[in-house]
Amino acid sequence: MSRPAPPPTDDELHAWVDGQLAAERHGAVEEAIASDPAVAAKVAAWHTQRDALRRLHGELLDEPVPTALMGALDRHLPRTARHVSWLRWGGMAAGLLIAFAAGWLGNAQWSAPRGGTQLAKVPAVREFVHDASVAHAVYAPEKRHPVEVAASEQQHLVQWLSRRLDRPLKVPDLSTQGYTLVGGRLLPGETGARAQFMFEDAAGERVTLYIGTLDANAAGATAARETAFRFASEGPVPSFYWVDQGFGYALAGKLPREVLLKLATLAYRDLS
Amino acid sequence: MDARLLVEHIPSLRRYARALTGNAWAADDLVQDTLERACSKWRLWVVGSDLRAWLFTVMHNIFASQVRRTPPPHAVVSLDDLPHELQGGVDPGRDQGTSLDLQRCLMQLPDEQRAVLLLVTLEDLSYAEVAKVLGIPAGTVMSRLSRARVRLQELMDGASAPIRPGLRRLK
Repeated sequence: MSRPAPPPTDDELHAWVDGQLAAERHGAVEEAIASDPAVAAKVAAWHTQRDALRRLHGELLDEPVPTALMGALDRHLPRTARHVSWLRWGGMAAGLLIAFAAGWLGNAQWSAPRGGTQLAKVPAVREFVHDASVAHAVYAPEKRHPVEVAASEQQHLVQWLSRRLDRPLKVPDLSTQGYTLVGGRLLPGETGARAQFMFEDAAGERVTLYIGTLDANAAGATAARETAFRFASEGPVPSFYWVDQGFGYALAGKLPREVLLKLATLAYRDLS
Repeated sequence: MDARLLVEHIPSLRRYARALTGNAWAADDLVQDTLERACSKWRLWVVGSDLRAWLFTVMHNIFASQVRRTPPPHAVVSLDDLPHELQGGVDPGRDQGTSLDLQRCLMQLPDEQRAVLLLVTLEDLSYAEVAKVLGIPAGTVMSRLSRARVRLQELMDGASAPIRPGLRRLK
């Protein structure tokens, strides 16, 4: 009737309910549930309780983050920025040392075979991709002000951002994949201005293209020049990114990898 | 810049804080304190390690020190005295009524049991992660979880007039 395996302990029953029980003990628990009504009732009650708890305040997960909380973050951001600018401009010696070290590290990494993760280790690139992902996470859900300049003023938008980034920019055409331009905005980056173009499909799904100069010293001379597509999933939103003539591009969106790649390829072809 | 990484974790921090404190204002205050502490102690987070678990650790430390400073009033109020002190003030629908009951019963649990139960059920942290977040041995996680579940069940059975058969303990 019963297997030789020892009956489950209470701890194991908890682990079962929480989906944390080792696979080899599942049989013993199932057996106990089937043969002992008291165990079955206990497990059922814990399941019910767990489900009820998981529904509790579930609406908070979908609510936009209150501005007061975003403010708490914003107040702390300038401190980080100040710290970085101290590093960059504060002392020639420190700056040179850092640039040298980063460049050397970058080169050392790049003399190794180019693997998918190599580029992600270059601090400037990682930081760029990360900023792209975060900028997407911050602005894509925005209903009233997703962009500073709307697509209706596309010419003005492109001129303005080109001037600020000191390079002629172009908006890629993603309409064959169903995405149209919403508009764009200017954002601060570690190495100067950055631009974000936002696109949207008929279902309201948004992708953003984040563009900016990469610091050649920090990125490592080779890395900053050009690369193939890389996929990054570390930030809040996944992205495909590439570097072309010292300019970084990251296409971010909450989309499956292959869809994102298709869009990134389209953007890349259109921009180069 | 990296502080913006925190953004994606804010909703679950808010939900956990809400269930932990039982009060919308106290919860957002706790989240705000957590974010500020996390920003100022940013360098203590080990890049690549689980940011979420670290944030819950930060939040737990703040919560624990707040509790130490101000003993919560609910610790000395019996369940029977509480039935009208419900959150919200809107007419509770059926689901809302249940969740109000649940929140109220949760608040009857000792803080440390509530924290374990919520980290496990709401946040799906592993028992080992919960032990790390709360700074307690793994065995203590299990005993608190067990006590919390049994106690919450008793409280819910007592709180809701029609006892749900699923929650009744069979002899």
